[in-house]
Amino acid sequence: MDFVRAKDVAEAIAAKAERPDAEFLAGGTDLMVAVNLDDHRPQSVIGLRHVAELQQMDDTRIGAGVTWDRLERAPQRALAQAARTVGSPQIRAAGTIGGNVGTASPAGDGLAWIAALDAGIEVASVERGRRIVPWAEFFVGVKRTSLAADEMITAVVLPDEQIEAQEFAKVGSRNTMVISTVSCVVARVGSGYRVALGSVAPTPMRAFQAEEMLNDETSPSPAAIAEFGRLVAAEVRPITDHRSTEAYRRHAAGVLAGRLLERCLSS
Amino acid sequence: MTVSLTINGDQHTSTAAGWESLLSVMRDEIGLRGSKDACDQGECGSCSVVLDGTLVCSCLIMIGDCEDASITTVEGLAGSGALHAVQEALLDEGGVQCGFCTPGFVVAGAHLLEANPHPTEDEIREALSGNICRCTGYGGILRALELLSNAPSGGDA
Repeated sequence: MDFVRAKDVAEAIAAKAERPDAEFLAGGTDLMVAVNLDDHRPQSVIGLRHVAELQQMDDTRIGAGVTWDRLERAPQRALAQAARTVGSPQIRAAGTIGGNVGTASPAGDGLAWIAALDAGIEVASVERGRRIVPWAEFFVGVKRTSLAADEMITAVVLPDEQIEAQEFAKVGSRNTMVISTVSCVVARVGSGYRVALGSVAPTPMRAFQAEEMLNDETSPSPAAIAEFGRLVAAEVRPITDHRSTEAYRRHAAGVLAGRLLERCLSS
Repeated sequence: MTVSLTINGDQHTSTAAGWESLLSVMRDEIGLRGSKDACDQGECGSCSVVLDGTLVCSCLIMIGDCEDASITTVEGLAGSGALHAVQEALLDEGGVQCGFCTPGFVVAGAHLLEANPHPTEDEIREALSGNICRCTGYGGILRALELLSNAPSGGDA
């Protein structure tokens, strides 16, 4: 196997341009599970653990290599809450937000937050330099993204907006070390509301009808909050699989959205 | 490919395929079998090691990514002929039953005490939350770490 230990982004994208089939390795919490359990045998790997730029984060830009244990202390409250629910201390010390984005599992714990805050995914290649892909164009299906064969994920970039409140919660079959059955972020941005969900569609999704209904409410009544939850439950597109049923996910999505909205209103 | 790394202070060179896990290289190529191979997906913590100062599951570390890495395993914690304080405390408090999870708990517990010699019960539970015991041994394991936390010299005992 061919292993390139990249020391910076330029080196990583140069290696990727030469080897379109190469796989990027960050924390290994997805790639090594495929190696160990699915007999995946990578032929060419580009290691990103030593790329200092990817470890950097500030209020509007989170480097792809930032690990969950650092995100637990992130200033963005809902992201910190989501990071706290990822795996175990060992997993949170290794896994990265860039890996979460690249794997693009519908259950990725950071992805509803990215959708709620309308974040973009910054990608880089030798050919096209850096570009920011809106999240809704980046995630195209279950574990599928629009990332080109010569590109790498370098950061999650937040728009310059005033976030008044943001709350995350997820439902799973137990409290910790669990893949989400439904995850949800509700945010109050400026005078409007956003609601994004994970594990209820092939990609992270927003419930726009619920957002529009609420955005007419300056101070939502209990009836409006209940209607918000009902619209979210109607708008999600869950399936029944080994982890849960379509009906339960729909119900839980509505309950979570209503509960997180209440938390946003009282914060 | 060839990878040079330091394990418990000793230099080793691996010639395993680059995609192999650090865990399988330690167990099968180098002969360090203290770290246990159970879930192979980072859920159980029985393969926990300290890699460049960070507690990780060695089953999820690709050996190709370990050039110049410095690793501490359970074998590196006990001195010659003497047990590590965490091992002694686990014996004293009955924190061991079948023993399969024990190396992971010893590494995670020692890693905690190194950073925080007097952890609270919550901090102990948090630090050990990535390690699973299936013999219902958590009570004894927690008591062992609390014993060390409450000792005057803390985890340095």
